[in-house]
This record gives sequence, structure tokens and C-alpha cells, in this order.
Amino acid sequence: MSVLLIAEHNNQDLKPFTLNAVTAAAQMGEDLHAIIIGQNCGDAAKKLSELPLVKKVIQVEAAHYENFVAENFAPVIIKLADAYSHIVCSANTFGKNLMPRIAASLDTSQVSDIIKVISPDTFLRPIYAGNAFATVKSKDTKKCVTIRPTSFDPCESSGGSASIEKVEPNEEFNNTKFVRREEIKSDRPELGTARVVVSGGRGMQSGDNFKLITSLADKLNAAIGASRAAVDAGYIGNDHQVGQTGKVVVPDLYIAVGISGAIQHLAGMKESKVIVAINKDGEAPIFSVADYGLEADLFEAVPQFLDELNKLNTIQK
Amino acid sequence: MKILVAVKRVIDYNVQIRVKEDKTGVVTDNVKMSTNPPDDNAIEEAVKIKEAGKATEVIAVSVGEEKSQETVRKALAVGADKGILVKTDGILEPLAVSKLLQKIVEKEKPDLVFMGKQAIDDDCNQTGQMLSALLNWPQATFASKIEIKDKKLEVTREIDEGLETIEIAIPAIVTCDLRLNEPRYASLPNIMKAKKKPIEQINASDLGVDTSPRIEHIKVEEPPKRKAGIKVSSVAELVQKLKNEAKVI
Repeated sequence: MSVLLIAEHNNQDLKPFTLNAVTAAAQMGEDLHAIIIGQNCGDAAKKLSELPLVKKVIQVEAAHYENFVAENFAPVIIKLADAYSHIVCSANTFGKNLMPRIAASLDTSQVSDIIKVISPDTFLRPIYAGNAFATVKSKDTKKCVTIRPTSFDPCESSGGSASIEKVEPNEEFNNTKFVRREEIKSDRPELGTARVVVSGGRGMQSGDNFKLITSLADKLNAAIGASRAAVDAGYIGNDHQVGQTGKVVVPDLYIAVGISGAIQHLAGMKESKVIVAINKDGEAPIFSVADYGLEADLFEAVPQFLDELNKLNTIQK
Repeated sequence: MKILVAVKRVIDYNVQIRVKEDKTGVVTDNVKMSTNPPDDNAIEEAVKIKEAGKATEVIAVSVGEEKSQETVRKALAVGADKGILVKTDGILEPLAVSKLLQKIVEKEKPDLVFMGKQAIDDDCNQTGQMLSALLNWPQATFASKIEIKDKKLEVTREIDEGLETIEIAIPAIVTCDLRLNEPRYASLPNIMKAKKKPIEQINASDLGVDTSPRIEHIKVEEPPKRKAGIKVSSVAELVQKLKNEAKVI
């Protein structure tokens, strides 16, 4: 039987993490199909067909698919599910919202947010905000799996030429209506995929002081993150929150400024390749995960950091 | 309008969890337990709606071992009117929990079901969506704002790209984000009063639901430890290390 990957897209283009999800799904079975549900999403469907790991693309279009309402998406997948051993999707808000609705309808116990495919029925997944790793084996005949995109590399994006099959849409679910989406636009790299992330915590003391974080991020072409404490204190919007209840980031370089390192924050960044912590409290838990810790007053250290970077004149692009 | 709120008893979020030596799970003996944090937001929202005169009854339900009664009791202390404990042996998978909750919904006939978006122990993020699938009700997950408009709810959802607003018809399921509200603390008089509020106990086995596990936990381990880092003495040293040793700038 084949594996079905649910593509995440914005009707024009594939979301970058779809490529990571394809990598994961391809490890569960060789015959990988990808389904794209949307409206006027032909360009995105074509891009999906060009991924060499994808053997077949299923495209389903209707006006009521334009805004990714799970109540409309789930019946499409359920109708096709018989042909598949695995149904796979990214464990971001799109997949988290959708997959359990599919799994329950198929009477399947979903395996959420896996970070490794050990075998087609056995997976590694973090529990307790990443403070323990569970190896779990699904005994259901059909597996519904969501994958943590940052734990898998993106797949090759060109060279394939899978066939695109169009499937008739299902009827609309009338009790849920999309109203509006307010996307946060930014010239910066996206927090979830940035190579460098600079984050501020409660130690910033005010929203105004976050300008220090912004200038450092500008210099390093980095995304801006924040601890929950900083978000709760109103220093910065919650779309910047890194942690168990925010985003999980895995950049090459993570710079934590004025962040003490609560368990819930560490869960969102401790897989970063290199971690720098700047904090005046030498006992702060953040130092236990930092590769380079600097015990210093951030209001002195960050401007110095900028000066040093200017001296180096290495603006990363 | 009647609101059913599902609450789960979990290890307190401030506890540094420890993995059992035999790798069968994490240590829960003599560990502080609390209500799953976003479930507190779910209760708070339901109580606020009732206080605003838009709901008549708030019922708190927990599926779990006998001790989950404490979690239900806490919900009563912050304003729920009555409690239900669905007693189980050990912890169930979200699919089983949603099937049990479906039975409770059929019995209590609430207009809305609220719960946290995710439990901080198994981190599954499934139960609300599964329950809405089983009931074929609309779902609003990761809610950070709820407005009641006649027989509809307008819900703002926290999504990766920012915020999304949807309108769902009642009856509906809402899973709550931590930013939905600021949960209140129970006052001592209210804790005392809560002791007199009824908690109905139901054995899960009497609800006619197959709750047998479908997922085998082969082992639970500590995550790989990060190598101990170093402390640098100055910003200049930090920048040199990042450039020449880590090669990330």
C-alpha cells in the first residue's frame, strides 16, 4: 500500500515545510502520493509533481478549500484513505488542526509530532516538551502520523515528473466559515526556518528595549524570537514566541538575550546547532544548554556585540 | 447554554520530569500534579461566559484515575457548577478519551465543549479535534479570542502565519490557547464551597467504549544531552569563538 502526504500550501506555492514532510513520508513507504487540496492551486500542484520522491499527485479544488478549513479537508482524505497505509502531514498548526479529525474518523490512534521514522510502524517522538523521547509502535492497520518538520531535511525539489490526477471535491461543511486571516508580514527570515534567531526575554525589561534585539537581528539577518515571559509582559507579539507553546526552532545559531531558560522555552530551541546565552544571572538555566555563555548585563553586551560584528563586517545573507 | 469543559490532570509544568530507570515512562510518584495549563484557560473562558449571562451551566469533566477528582474539584473552585469524573485505570490515548467524552456529550447535551489545545504530558494535540470529528461538530482549535454571536461563535485562532478568524455554528468544540485569557486563582471560600458541589463518578468501562491502547510504548528515554558549553569572558571573545570555532557568523 502507498503513503499519502497532505501538502501544505497557500494555493500559489508549496509551504517550505512540505518538502520536509515529503522526506519523512518517503521513509514510511516507497510509493509516495501527495494530495493538494485548495482552490486555483495548479501551480502548487505542479511544484509538488516535480518533487522526485512523489510518485503521484492528487489535486482537489473547490472554493470551499481556499482557506484550509479542516472540516472541509478531512472528508476528502477519508474518502481516499482505503488505498493508503499511512497518512502523513506536518505537525504545524495546519496539520495539528486537520490530522486528528481524519484519524478519529478512521478509528485510528494518531502518532503526533514524530522526529524520526524508525520503521514504517515505529516512530520516535518527544513528550513532556522534549524532556523525554518516546519510541512508539502503532498497532493500527492504518497510520495517521504528523511529523515535526525541523527534524527532517527538505527533499529534492526538482527533477520529478509525477502525474497529477484530479479528484472531485466533497460537499462543503456548512457549520464552519472562514472569516479572515491576518498574516504577519516581515522582510526578515521566518522564525521557523531562519538560519539565525535572536531572542529576547524578560530581561529586556520593556518593548522599547527590544530595539536592541532588532538591531542585532538586522546585523545577522536573523529572525526575532522571544520567551513566553517577554510575550506575556507585552514586549513583543506572540508570533515571535519560541517554546513549547510557541514555535520550535532549530537554527544554526540561536542567541538568547535576557532569557532565563524556563523548561518551556528550552523545549523550543535546545536542538539549535549553536546556542549563545547572554544573561547577567550566572545561575540561569539557559547556561546549561548554551555552547557559549556570557555572564553580562545585556544592555552593555548587546551594543558591544554590534560593535564587534561591525568590526568583522560579516553581514550574513 | 451549557458548556462542558474537559480538564486533564498532568505533572505540574514547573516540575523537571525524570525518566524511569526501566524506561517504561516518567516518574509520577511523589510528583506535584496540576491541571493541564491550557485547560485552566478553557475553564476560565467558560466561567467568564457564564458570568456574562450567556451560559447557564458549566460542567467540568475529567477522564482519568481516581485522583483526577482533584482536577475536577479545582475547576469547581473557580466557578464550574458540577463535575464529572470518568474513572479509568491509567492514562488513555486521545482517541479513547474522545470516545468517552462523546458519551458524556450525548448524555449532558452541552452546546459547547471547551478544552486546552494540548496536554503538556503526551503533547498529542488531538482530543478536541477527534471529539469534533466523532460528533461531526465544527472545531475551532488554538483559540485566542471567543465572541458569542447568537447561535454562532466567532473565534480567533493562533496559526503559524499569524491569526485566523472563523465562524462556527453551535454546537461546537473549542480548544483553547494559553493567550485566550488569564485564569483566576481559586479563593479560599470558593475552594470550601467547591467541596459541596457534586462530582458524578462514572466508570469508563460502563460507557461501552473500547479504550484499549493502539500504540505500544516501546521505551521512554532521556533526550540526548547537549555537550557542556563554555563561559566566555567578553563579547570580543564570544564573537571570535562564533567566527573561528563555531563558524556560524
